[in-house]
Amino acid sequence: MDTHPIDMTRSATNASAAAAVSVRGVSKNYGQVEALRDLSLDFPRGQLTSLLGPSGCGKTTLLKIIAGLLQPTEGEVEVNGKPVTGPGPDRAFVFQDFALLPWATVLRNVAFGLELRGVRISEREAIAEQYIRNVGLAGFEKSYPHELSGGMRQRVGLARALAVDSEVLLMDEPFSAVDEQTRRKFQEDLLGLVAGENKTFLFVTHSIEEAVYVSDQIAILLPRPSRVSEVIRPSGLRTRNVSDIRRDPEYLDIVDRIWASLRSYVE
Amino acid sequence: MTAFGIRLPGMSSLILWGLFWEIIGRSGYTFFLPPLSEVIATFFSIVDTPAFQKALSETAQAFLAGVFSAVVIGIPTGILMGKNRLVDELLLPWVNIFLSAPLTALVPVLMVLFGFGMKSIIITTALFAVWIIILNARAGVMQINRSLTDMANSFGATPWAAFSKIYFWAALPEILGGVRIGVIRAVKGVIIGQLLISIVGFGALFELYSANFLMGHFWAVLIVLFALAFVLSEGLAALERRVSYYAAQR
Ligand SMILES: Nc1ncnc2c1ncn2[C@@H]1O[C@H](COP(=O)(O)OP(=O)(O)OP(=O)(O)O)[C@@H](O)[C@H]1O
Ligand SMILES: [Mg+2]
Repeated sequence: MDTHPIDMTRSATNASAAAAVSVRGVSKNYGQVEALRDLSLDFPRGQLTSLLGPSGCGKTTLLKIIAGLLQPTEGEVEVNGKPVTGPGPDRAFVFQDFALLPWATVLRNVAFGLELRGVRISEREAIAEQYIRNVGLAGFEKSYPHELSGGMRQRVGLARALAVDSEVLLMDEPFSAVDEQTRRKFQEDLLGLVAGENKTFLFVTHSIEEAVYVSDQIAILLPRPSRVSEVIRPSGLRTRNVSDIRRDPEYLDIVDRIWASLRSYVE
Repeated sequence: MTAFGIRLPGMSSLILWGLFWEIIGRSGYTFFLPPLSEVIATFFSIVDTPAFQKALSETAQAFLAGVFSAVVIGIPTGILMGKNRLVDELLLPWVNIFLSAPLTALVPVLMVLFGFGMKSIIITTALFAVWIIILNARAGVMQINRSLTDMANSFGATPWAAFSKIYFWAALPEILGGVRIGVIRAVKGVIIGQLLISIVGFGALFELYSANFLMGHFWAVLIVLFALAFVLSEGLAALERRVSYYAAQR
């Protein structure tokens, strides 16, 4: 184990010192169903943390508790040291099923978060136009969601969350609706985003490869009732060129290791 | 419709039925059914008489006031029921009872409560229309995607913003469907009101014509009424089609 490329000691100290979000002893019951049990996890500021785990283990539940959309049965969540009591402007959510307004144009959809926060129309549309360009949808400002492909809609949802300029971005399987090529393109863009914007990203995914590719930290959740079974910090990958990551021995190693610990639950 | 390989314009079947009516009428089979041509001639002869104009305006006023109240009360109530469990449990049984109840039987009670005037007729009209509007608005709100509600909350939407910017629009296809059926029921309501409460408007004309066996006049007014109801319903259906592009994927 000495030669193992994963730096576990650094993670523990670093993470708690600079945590943008910390989850402490959170449990969540839906009636008889125990979704989360005593889950604790820190999300370091300015980094991307993936939540990886089998379907139905409570990843969405955890993300919604952090967003303030659900109340935990027990435990608490802190964002920048302040306990979460409900949704707030410091967090923005990217929904698994996009949650776009079908009767509104791309421009209004992207500006909608700002609209709800009372930003003037000229101002919010200028901001929205910029983010529409950033996610590669320039020229589609006047289109309606039903005129876009699944991947394009997903980018509208992403642009809307980016436009409100929150410190913490909560992304629930944001790349689930796109084909493999687009998905890889998005993953590269996401790495650029993490490097460029000084934001904390919480990223839910089913894909081991995706998690290892984009993450500074990977939290592996066990099946219900869910706790964090392991936190993995790929230490060397972030300094690599994006196109070389998938060939890196560390990348392959971590993918194997995660698969080894998850496969017992799949079988 | 096509016949013998030729495309016929829409509504051709109406012409066929009109011809059938004409033939039966001319055969003198029953006094109850004068020929269609006579009915149409009667229509043009009465349409600009003061009696007809007065009936039309009285009916239109009661109808519009009734529909307006039903819409203004029904849509917010339905949305509230769809959003609030407590309100829903309190009101749903009543809405369901009144939806299927024979409302005509309530009209005498309304007369006692609200008198024999226009007010009772308007209330009757609204009472016929409002329940289905409530129920549809409720159904529309209840099918709203959970994510849209979460989205509104996550951006800190005020209850009013969530209502006016999201819930109303997301439920609009169902709401319009409810209003369309409500309007059709309101036509029933206004005529029943005019017949039972006070003999005014088209109700008075029906009463007058049938009592005097003026069947041409009777049918002329009836056709006007049917046509008005049909045009109203088609207009609302057209409005519904304009929002149907997003009804399928919300
Ligand atoms: N509203 C609810 N009522 C009852 N049970 C729920 C509710 N929402 C989620 N659950 C249960 O809680 C568990 C966790 O659900 P959650 O949606 O958080 O899982 P997930 O990890 O996001 O799954 P997936 O990867 O499939 O999206 C599931 O077993 C689900 O059955
Ligand atoms: Mg989920």
